[in-house]
Amino acid sequence: MSIEIKNLKYVYNPGLPGETVALDDVSLTISEGEMVGIIGHTGSGKSTLLQHMNGLLKPDSGHVFVDGECITDDKTDLVDIRRRVGLVFQYPEYQLFEETVVDDVAFGPKNLGIEGEELKKTVREAIEIVGLDYEEIKDSSPFELSGGMKRRVAIAGVIAMRPSVLILDEPTAGLDPTAHRDILSMIRRINEEKEITIILVSHNMGDIAKMCDRVIVMENGKIVLEGRPREIFTQDALLESMGLDVPPALDIMRKISKSIDGFTSSALTLDEAAEDIKEFMKRKK
Amino acid sequence: MIRDITLGQYFPGKSPIHRLDARTKIIGTFLFIAEMFVVNNFWGFLIAGTALFTVIGISRVPLKFIFRGLTPVFLIIAFTFVINMLMFDGRVLWHWWIFTITYEGLIRAAFMVIRLVLLIIGSSILTLCTKPIALTDGLEKLLRPFSKIGVPSHEIALMMTIALRFIPTLMDETDKIIKAQQARGADFESGNIFRRAKSLIPILVPLFISSFRIAQELALAMEARCYHGGEGRTRMNEIHFNKEDIVAAVLMTIFLGIIIGSRFIA
Repeated sequence: MSIEIKNLKYVYNPGLPGETVALDDVSLTISEGEMVGIIGHTGSGKSTLLQHMNGLLKPDSGHVFVDGECITDDKTDLVDIRRRVGLVFQYPEYQLFEETVVDDVAFGPKNLGIEGEELKKTVREAIEIVGLDYEEIKDSSPFELSGGMKRRVAIAGVIAMRPSVLILDEPTAGLDPTAHRDILSMIRRINEEKEITIILVSHNMGDIAKMCDRVIVMENGKIVLEGRPREIFTQDALLESMGLDVPPALDIMRKISKSIDGFTSSALTLDEAAEDIKEFMKRKK
Repeated sequence: MIRDITLGQYFPGKSPIHRLDARTKIIGTFLFIAEMFVVNNFWGFLIAGTALFTVIGISRVPLKFIFRGLTPVFLIIAFTFVINMLMFDGRVLWHWWIFTITYEGLIRAAFMVIRLVLLIIGSSILTLCTKPIALTDGLEKLLRPFSKIGVPSHEIALMMTIALRFIPTLMDETDKIIKAQQARGADFESGNIFRRAKSLIPILVPLFISSFRIAQELALAMEARCYHGGEGRTRMNEIHFNKEDIVAAVLMTIFLGIIIGSRFIA
């Protein structure tokens, strides 16, 4: 499923002292099956953009098309759009409210009118795809779980609606390294096994470089750069001027290239970096 | 909708009203509230209204802001009007079934509504032109003399500061939770009243948990910075009475005289 955004503009508090232009003439296309990363400094308009993609916010001008259907019309069925475009907010574990994990995950599909065996199957599938053990966890209270597990339950709650696009806002924020890794491999699994289009917002450039096919850079409500991770992250000066980093692997490889003669590498991820170093060692021998 | 409430919302400015000591404004507001109950005819309200709108003029707070504070209480105002209108005996103007509208009832209803509107606008001026922190500081100072008889003035002020401080935080939090549940297909707008009340559970439970979390984090942060209550605590900005406060006090006294005087008109 594709999302197409045309000349989107959105202003917070129009006419009041706190007036801010959050989105300024934003246009972009996301095609089926892609994994797209959105990066940008805090307040660059990323979250506002995400909320337009499933109709939570209505633009002041411009249009959003989901699969060719304009969702900025008044007559669109927003619940159906929200089913197709799943949005996982930052710290999604703060929206858990049910007594058991199963009930919480079932909240979304229930709102869509799914019942009985179908509901059970959907919930079970969602819990399994996020990497949790259904039998073990189904009757526990979501509030007793660890941070990383809570987050996975919350994400399962969105996946249970069987979206064809999944938007994740900072899905790894505040997690320990293990939970962080688990969440990333879970996202990859969802993208590959379920063929769900993924839109990933993150401040972690390493994650973005590792995961995404395409990166969109936002600043002051505008899209300033767009391209493959390599095209984006090689423009360090520009990124730095926007308060953004390059992936740590790239940073380290640059430093090593400077101090060791004959070594060059533009690896973006740790795996690529290891490969380049191995190559270099072989040549030296 | 939650965002429409002006009470407790500060409108930044540098007008003489903004600059007054919070204590002057608190006393002034309470005086104004009391005066609204002293008034016994429309002349009094005319004088009070003129004075009130002069103050609004000086404060340079746009009228739009002031009237927006009235919208959430519109129902209460309408209710007051209807009840007063129907509950008075006198010259009958209109009659249907058990409902009777009298001339005296109408007058009475108008009188009550004007009083209510002036009360609300009067008190929202205080919060519109005073920073919440200045307000609680002022209140703490005003209550200090009572701490001898066991009024915990510092604690009251601190509780108010924290409550005010967390209104925007909790509003943001609510907004986020509502959106998150909407993204999961929740529908808060349709269905009968029971259905709608039930649809609030997915908002209220997470909001409750968030408030406890925020409260605990704040308590820890305060303890980590050695908070031990009001005893012996110094403050960064001491508040002082200025010339403007004396002028305000004089004007307020004159106004009080006029309002009492207005009782004897006609």
